[in-house]
Amino acid sequence: MRINRIAIQKEKSDSIDTPDLSLMNPLISKYKGKRGNLIPLLQGTQSLYGYIPKEAFHKLNKEAGIELNEMYGVATFYAQFRLSPVGKHIIRMCHGTACHIQNVTAITEALLDHLEVKDGETTPDRLFTVETVACLGCCSLAPVMMIGDETYGKLTPTEATKIIKEIKRNELG
Amino acid sequence: MSKTTIIVGLGSCGLAAGAGKTYNEIERIKNTDKLDFELKKTSCIGMCFREPLVEIIDDSGTYLYGNVDVTKVDEILEKHIKNFSPIQEYIVKSDKFDSPDKDFFEGQVEIALRNCGHIDPESIEEYESKNGYAAIRKIANEKLKPEDVIQKVLDSGLRGRGGGGFATGMKWKFAYNNKAPQKYVICNADEGDPGAFMDRSLLEGDPHSILEGMIICGYSIGASEGYIYCRAEYPLAIKRLNIAIDKAREKGYLGKNIFGIENFNFDLKIKEGAGAFVCGEETALIASIEGERGMPRRRPPFPAESGLWKSPTNINNVETFANIPWIVFNGPEKYNQYGTEKSKGTKVFALTGKIKHGGLVEVPMGITIKEIIYKLGGGIQGGKKFKAVQLGGPSGGCIPEYLSHTPIDYDSVNATGAIMGSGGMVVMDETTCVVDIARFFLDFTQKESCGKCTFCRIGTKRMLEILTRITKGEGKDGDIETLEELSHSIKDSSLCGLGQTAPNPVLTTIKYFKDEYEAHIRDKKCPALKCKELITYDVIPENCTGCTVCAKGCPVNAISGERKQLHVIDHEICTRCGVCFTKCKFNAIKLS
Repeated sequence: MRINRIAIQKEKSDSIDTPDLSLMNPLISKYKGKRGNLIPLLQGTQSLYGYIPKEAFHKLNKEAGIELNEMYGVATFYAQFRLSPVGKHIIRMCHGTACHIQNVTAITEALLDHLEVKDGETTPDRLFTVETVACLGCCSLAPVMMIGDETYGKLTPTEATKIIKEIKRNELG
Repeated sequence: MSKTTIIVGLGSCGLAAGAGKTYNEIERIKNTDKLDFELKKTSCIGMCFREPLVEIIDDSGTYLYGNVDVTKVDEILEKHIKNFSPIQEYIVKSDKFDSPDKDFFEGQVEIALRNCGHIDPESIEEYESKNGYAAIRKIANEKLKPEDVIQKVLDSGLRGRGGGGFATGMKWKFAYNNKAPQKYVICNADEGDPGAFMDRSLLEGDPHSILEGMIICGYSIGASEGYIYCRAEYPLAIKRLNIAIDKAREKGYLGKNIFGIENFNFDLKIKEGAGAFVCGEETALIASIEGERGMPRRRPPFPAESGLWKSPTNINNVETFANIPWIVFNGPEKYNQYGTEKSKGTKVFALTGKIKHGGLVEVPMGITIKEIIYKLGGGIQGGKKFKAVQLGGPSGGCIPEYLSHTPIDYDSVNATGAIMGSGGMVVMDETTCVVDIARFFLDFTQKESCGKCTFCRIGTKRMLEILTRITKGEGKDGDIETLEELSHSIKDSSLCGLGQTAPNPVLTTIKYFKDEYEAHIRDKKCPALKCKELITYDVIPENCTGCTVCAKGCPVNAISGERKQLHVIDHEICTRCGVCFTKCKFNAIKLS
């Protein structure tokens, strides 16, 4: 129950435009009325928008008939679900045992300092979201981080910052 | 003359080390130079410390090249493929000559990992060429009854590889005995232990063996539906499982009346976990598949009686299922010739931490910790001193160096206070602080506690607070006793394995390293020089050349000194980030 992370996100989520909810229609018709559909519905919604918008909860409530409190309960229980928009690149810092021993904390601190955000937050330019995760399962390459689907191993603070700077440079053209 | 084959290891670790680029480069040169060889993909070969790995099999033998980054591809193809002369210095394993890394493979017995790194996990034909789906065919051809299959599993002595170590055959028997119109098989692929990755490697490297194991289980207990509950952090595993399931369906290995067994219907679904460690616990996992918060339930009733949607359900771990086809095909006697009296067969370990040769190893039960670390693992990185090994993740404990003769089997490991767990083996050297490690695991379990049981929810939080205080040099007399008292209360009054085992890392470190706790609490010192608040950085005057690198690198300007003059660190300003220590080229910064 990563309550801290969710609280940080909630405060900031008011200023966001309403997303196109019709994208959810095929998802709802696929899972509507099926047993155990709540988590796949939330996962599907999140893969559409990168997070679960408040309006999506209401739509799921109306059209799939799932109680709001049930959905909120599940969405806040699992670390995967986000309640506010994320950056274009999600940086997942592995804080598993092997990475911890190889001093990943110093790397995470360096990145958070560099991007001027806290764990779980998104940079104001919406380019990066930093999340610490328990284990990415690449322990022999520790310390490890994942950006999107790309894994980076055997990191140092300088190297990690360099990777971020490079992505930023490419984004700005 | 058979065709030369080049195989590239493309597991998650390999890809992270750049194996994708290596593969593309080989393909590019193959096409431009019109080279005649077959290029294939495989998954994790297990030798993570030499990734990316490329194997060349030709008429003369097999050659496994290590650390093949893009820059080496051209040279290897030029010399080995075009001129038939293998480059011995890059080769880490070969049947033609000894390599310095040969010890890594010696002593390993590949049963669960039999196909990992040898076949293309996306090809059902390659799996079948290695006796794949032969075990379920054997059951069909010999008309073995479910009871016969369960007896084989019982005879093999296989115990649950997820950590509990419960006899797999017994579990199947319970589910078999509960008569119900609908039963389920679940594969627990929610590998959440930080420091463990054997299930990921199996799922990525040999998904069909898990499918076949589940099909056999379905036949044995009388289930027609199966779920693979896989964590979402393993996208490649999920992708390969999906491919495997599609291909098995196409071939008619999943569906109705499969393998010619009348009335045997079996199909599989993948459920993606949503990131909760507690879902590795079987009742929490079931709740999660049902779409609820993953909170454990009271047992009994056990899942074998009332599991998923209240039907009898059998849950096994990935590695357990991977062993099943081999046992059925080769016979239980062949399996239980490995191992000890009460722990039969082999176990896969993920060897990580401060070890020279980190990777995936499969060894017979009964091998000692020492043998794994020094023989297969090649010893400790950088010639440092071996301090302890952490077995079993957040539920396990630290086994100190002086107990490294302990044989690895369920009972001997339990006797030390650690647990076998799923097989994560994190090696620590003298620079690892055990109090910090205990705090690290408590931080993990405290965050992952589902909150249902009071002692687990609040007790772990209080323990974490005490441990954090100790690592900050604010420990008090009586802290150790309070930790012990809390530990026992949490163990006694938690519903599931998470709470019952959460205090283990603390209890074992107190048991074996009490002096380190006392050093933190009484002397305000961290013997391993790890806990930030308890260390100081100083300049060694004899070594300092006044190059100013440390002063420029210091993020808080705590270092002063003129060029070519002795530099001084102001302890008041210093945040102990260690930048100066890593930047200094003259070993002029010391830690104390």
